[in-house]
Amino acid sequence: MKRLINLTPSKPARVLLGILPFALILLVYLFASDARQAENASDKLLPAFSQMGDAIQSLAFEPSKRTGDYLFWQDTMSSLQRLALGMGIAALIGFSLGILTGAIPTIHAPLAPLLTVISLIPPMAILPVLFIVFGLGEISKVALIVIGVAPFIARDIQRSTQEIPLEQLVKAQTLGSSSWQILLRVLIPQMLPRLISSVRLSLCTAWLFLIAAEAIASTDGLGYRIFLVRRYMSMDVILPYVAWITFLAFLLDWLLDRLSKRCFPWHHQEASK
Amino acid sequence: MKPTPLIQAKNLWKRYGDNVVLERMNVQVNAGEFITMVGTSGCGKSTFLKMLLGMEPPSSGELLLEGKPIPAEPDQSRGIVFQQYSVFPHLTVLQNVILAREFERSRFLGKLFGAARRRVEDEAKRLIETVGLTPAVHRYPHELSGGMKQRLAIAQALIRQPRILLLDEPFGALDPGIRADMHQLVLKLWEEHQLTVFMVTHDLSEGFYLGTRLWVFDKLRRDQQAPTAYGANITYDLPITRQKIIAPQETSAIVEHYLRDSQDKATTEQELLLS
Ligand SMILES: Nc1ncnc2c1ncn2[C@@H]1O[C@H](COP(=O)(O)OP(=O)(O)O)[C@@H](O)[C@H]1O
Ligand SMILES: [Mg+2]
Repeated sequence: MKRLINLTPSKPARVLLGILPFALILLVYLFASDARQAENASDKLLPAFSQMGDAIQSLAFEPSKRTGDYLFWQDTMSSLQRLALGMGIAALIGFSLGILTGAIPTIHAPLAPLLTVISLIPPMAILPVLFIVFGLGEISKVALIVIGVAPFIARDIQRSTQEIPLEQLVKAQTLGSSSWQILLRVLIPQMLPRLISSVRLSLCTAWLFLIAAEAIASTDGLGYRIFLVRRYMSMDVILPYVAWITFLAFLLDWLLDRLSKRCFPWHHQEASK
Repeated sequence: MKPTPLIQAKNLWKRYGDNVVLERMNVQVNAGEFITMVGTSGCGKSTFLKMLLGMEPPSSGELLLEGKPIPAEPDQSRGIVFQQYSVFPHLTVLQNVILAREFERSRFLGKLFGAARRRVEDEAKRLIETVGLTPAVHRYPHELSGGMKQRLAIAQALIRQPRILLLDEPFGALDPGIRADMHQLVLKLWEEHQLTVFMVTHDLSEGFYLGTRLWVFDKLRRDQQAPTAYGANITYDLPITRQKIIAPQETSAIVEHYLRDSQDKATTEQELLLS
């Protein structure tokens, strides 16, 4: 018998083992839900899949009686828009700050300590400030994501920039480059794949801020809907929404990974060596 | 009147805090020399190259390039090849080589397009041909072997025709067979581009084989209680006159024979030095 650490399951076995917990959870849910439904047909806590289907059917494919919108899609669009805007701005700010503080000592000196302190502020704690300053509209939700994520991206990119071997910077200078040219041709291209992985890492927190902001002040969005129907204990809406958010998060992560591998093959081969 | 030497060190010292790395260096190097440098690890060979590059200032004394203090920053007059990290991982072979020309001719974008780019690419392709990388011209560095990467680093360093080429253990990580190829390449380029070469090596026979002049770095004074109290200096400055014969190309057959001879000589000298 081999040691446990040397036992690696074959590929099909790995796939099966990977699916197993999902199947188990589903099965347990089915049984539990059936049991509760049998006891009380109007039970709300563990709705049957058919009930969830009905709920989503009416949210996604029937116009709302009040506004005439397809709520499910409108929620999705609004949330994704806020997320994309927030992440885009955060990526832009974080990337610029990270590269500049990482590469240029005279910018590092005044900005790096400030950046460290700002990144320690819990963003949720200043959400009221955002609401006071920007009002309850779109800006404060986007701003929360930016404030929550940009410092992380900036510090991550700053560290990666500083990790570029000194040899490369010296080499570039011996090829006659200016500081600006080094930024443009040596540092920025090499930091772009880092930016993508940084964004992937921070998407999870971005969702958190998005949902929190929508829960507190909003009129649409995935987070808004979940917290709205909570009042009626509508688990048949909440559970599919959570699954949908999870799927969207997974999809975004996967797309970014694909994008990075396609645009920066040299980065991924380098890393796997 | 004697011409000004290309490089001149006058009572040159280098200290890092209390750590004296180099002391009282006085040396002159003329254009066209091929200096090879050996010495125990940590004795300051790379530090000397860094001072030649302008990455590190002298602590005291002078280091002169054509009679003037060496510029305090690296620039295109002095090319360098490090043991590793010398090429840009995000650029293909061709892109790595044209980069220096792009820096030169596109001040703002650092990137050339259209006809200007094609002209530079043609120039680069000739250089890539000389270092034998033509089949790999569109590959990324991670797809190259160690020897190919160093060839690329050399081609990249030469495109803007630096007068001085610094090599810091460039072949230290390569297999012996590949090293022999690299030696031929370096000698050929040294001649063609009329370079002045400073090369650090940990292989004494390589030093004797390639150089016109071999420097041995060592500490003349030692203090057992304070090993950093005294710095290293060039303890042996050996002219290798035989190498000069390599110049006329017609006689390459004779030269090769000669060189083999000199390598044998090298090993005996090596033994002498170590005894
Ligand atoms: N940036 C630095 N700061 C402090 N000490 C340094 C620095 N660079 C090199 N040294 C010291 O200088 C000495 C010589 O180093 P180096 O020139 O790299 O040696 P070599 O290349 O001959 O092996 C070493 O003792 C090293 O610790
Ligand atoms: Mg060294």
